Amino acid sequence: MFFHAKRIIFLGFLNIWRHRLRSTLTILGIVFGVCSVIAMLAIGEGASFEALEQIKQLGSHNIILKSVKPPSSESVNTETNRMLEYGLTYKDAERIKNTVPGVEVIVPSRTIRANVTYRKKRVDVNVIGVVPWYLQVSNQKIKKGRFISILETDDHKNVCVLSSNSARRLFTTESPLGKDIKVKSDYYTVIGVMEGSGVATQEAKTGDTDLNLFIPLTAAKSRFGDILVNRSSGSFSMEKVELHQIIVKVQEITAVMASAEVIRGVLKRFHKDIDFEIIVPQRLLEQAERFKRNSNIVLGSIAAISLLVGGIGIMNIMLATVTERTREIGIRRALGAKKRDIIVQFLSETVLLSGSGGLLGLILGITIPFLVTYFADMITIVKIWSVGGAFGISLLIGIVFGIYPAYRAAQMDPIAALRHE
Amino acid sequence: MSIVEVIDLYKEYPLGDHTVEVLHGVDVTIEQGEYVSIMGPSGSGKSTFLNILGCLDQPTQGKYYLGGTDVSTLDDNDLSDIRRERIGFIFQSFNLLPELTVVENIQVPLFYQGTPEEEASERAADLAGIVGLGHRTDHRSNELSGGERQRVAIARAMVNDPLVILADEPTGNLDSKSGQEILRLLDDLKEQKKTIIMVTHDEEIGRRTERTIRFKDGKVLTGPRMPAKSL
Ligand SMILES: Nc1ncnc2c1ncn2[C@@H]1O[C@H](COP(=O)(O)OP(=O)(O)OP(=O)(O)O)[C@@H](O)[C@H]1O
Ligand SMILES: [Mg+2]
Repeated sequence: MFFHAKRIIFLGFLNIWRHRLRSTLTILGIVFGVCSVIAMLAIGEGASFEALEQIKQLGSHNIILKSVKPPSSESVNTETNRMLEYGLTYKDAERIKNTVPGVEVIVPSRTIRANVTYRKKRVDVNVIGVVPWYLQVSNQKIKKGRFISILETDDHKNVCVLSSNSARRLFTTESPLGKDIKVKSDYYTVIGVMEGSGVATQEAKTGDTDLNLFIPLTAAKSRFGDILVNRSSGSFSMEKVELHQIIVKVQEITAVMASAEVIRGVLKRFHKDIDFEIIVPQRLLEQAERFKRNSNIVLGSIAAISLLVGGIGIMNIMLATVTERTREIGIRRALGAKKRDIIVQFLSETVLLSGSGGLLGLILGITIPFLVTYFADMITIVKIWSVGGAFGISLLIGIVFGIYPAYRAAQMDPIAALRHE
Repeated sequence: MSIVEVIDLYKEYPLGDHTVEVLHGVDVTIEQGEYVSIMGPSGSGKSTFLNILGCLDQPTQGKYYLGGTDVSTLDDNDLSDIRRERIGFIFQSFNLLPELTVVENIQVPLFYQGTPEEEASERAADLAGIVGLGHRTDHRSNELSGGERQRVAIARAMVNDPLVILADEPTGNLDSKSGQEILRLLDDLKEQKKTIIMVTHDEEIGRRTERTIRFKDGKVLTGPRMPAKSL
């Protein structure tokens, strides 16, 4: 029997080809099932890859504290020229350093919108006051020059590091290193340029966040003060925010969650309002991974249903085929084919059918992510296991849904089958 | 040793809540190389008997020895083996596979025997030549005339070199000219000392055989066991 595997497969193809329209319609369910599994998984993998990369940039050892305007502030703010004071303070940073165990380093920072000029070029940027060990926690890299030093921080030196886009906008082709640029009313010497934006963000790239400029936090405090004045449409408000962000890097990755709770406790004691938020990238990572797992389950169920429907369609057609070919079955049995031979014949035909569906679906399923990447500029990742798995499942469907029709064919009484018109 | 030895054979079919007894107590012995015809009125059980001889069906009671083997107790698998190795069937309605070519049809039994393909198609082509279809080996069988189809069927019945060739009204669907050609081929087989058992309604055809077994109501009519030719 195995002698003739080639011939049985050939016979199967012959029968599929003879009824090509019917075969094509029959396998559509499998084609779309397999295709959608591979394509949707590839798109999902790509999206979650991008999300995970962003979260990893934030640092899995890090706890990020951010100042936020307390919810009650809006109503208070209606009283004219009241000063709104909120957010994280230098004291908070000090307290965390002194009371939270296992903290490796703390990076406070402050961000001010300001416009920067060099010769005739003028750009609105985020001026970020940071500490020299910022690079240690931020996963960011210097492209040219160097970052702010401790000495410059102690001396409140007017030095700055540009993000690559700020550098490009201000200097186009010139080398920015050593040049003096004007930030508001003071001149700062450029000592370095960052690779990329210099900051990690949770959000997908937005235009604004990559125009950054880093100066010593001490310089920021003495040049800009703690008070921000907003003038908008006649009204006028003042805000006092000492720090916009504190990144706390914890020594042990396993201690991150616990440390975050300790920090929350410490901060709550000294803040009446909820004027800060705590972002734990590790938790975001877990959420993202859980989301991915869940969406894979949903995807898997949809795929399972469409493949099931496809399988039932194939079974339906095979049952019809068996009835149509009753006479042939009778003839083959009379000439000495065993029940087993008949089962092999019909089962291999069903597997060929579902396998061709799987193959077509696989080709489509690989092509679609490719097109999505090309036209929609989205990352897509076609996992080998999804391709192999989907194809394997299509073969399995052929076997599962082919068994009953093949069994029916084999169980026919040869004499009755021979008499069949 | 007889090729076919049937002893007190019964066959009944369940029909609703009772059974129809089609064969009751058939005894037949056929020797190697005999050319035997089976005749009798319609419904007398000839085809039923032939199907049992061909191991397509099993007796309800009684013994059937084919080439010395008791086949009345075998299971479906073993019966398939016997059909494949020892029986050659020729049907009234040809029963070829319409989508296959002449050569492919002839080699179907070899396919199930596991004969290597080249050997099988060579043998099939030879047989196509013997039955006079050497020029049509690659035609699909549904492109052939009735007489040609039956010649393919004869070639197919010979391809496994069977112990017996069973023919159920082989000329029943043919015009007399094609029928004569088929009978001539059977005569040739007889010359080669093949054992042939043929069901027919035609007395004239019956006279071409060496012996006629007459059926009536599921029984063999007893009488002088003499060759039909001398009647
Ligand atoms: N599967 C079956 N179930 C019930 N009855 C059957 C079955 N097969 C055959 N019979 C009955 O057995 C009897 C003999 O049938 P059989 O086909 O052997 O007759 P026959 O001699 O070949 O007739 P004919 O010359 O018309 O071909 C008939 O009455 C038929 O109805
Ligand atoms: Mg009959």
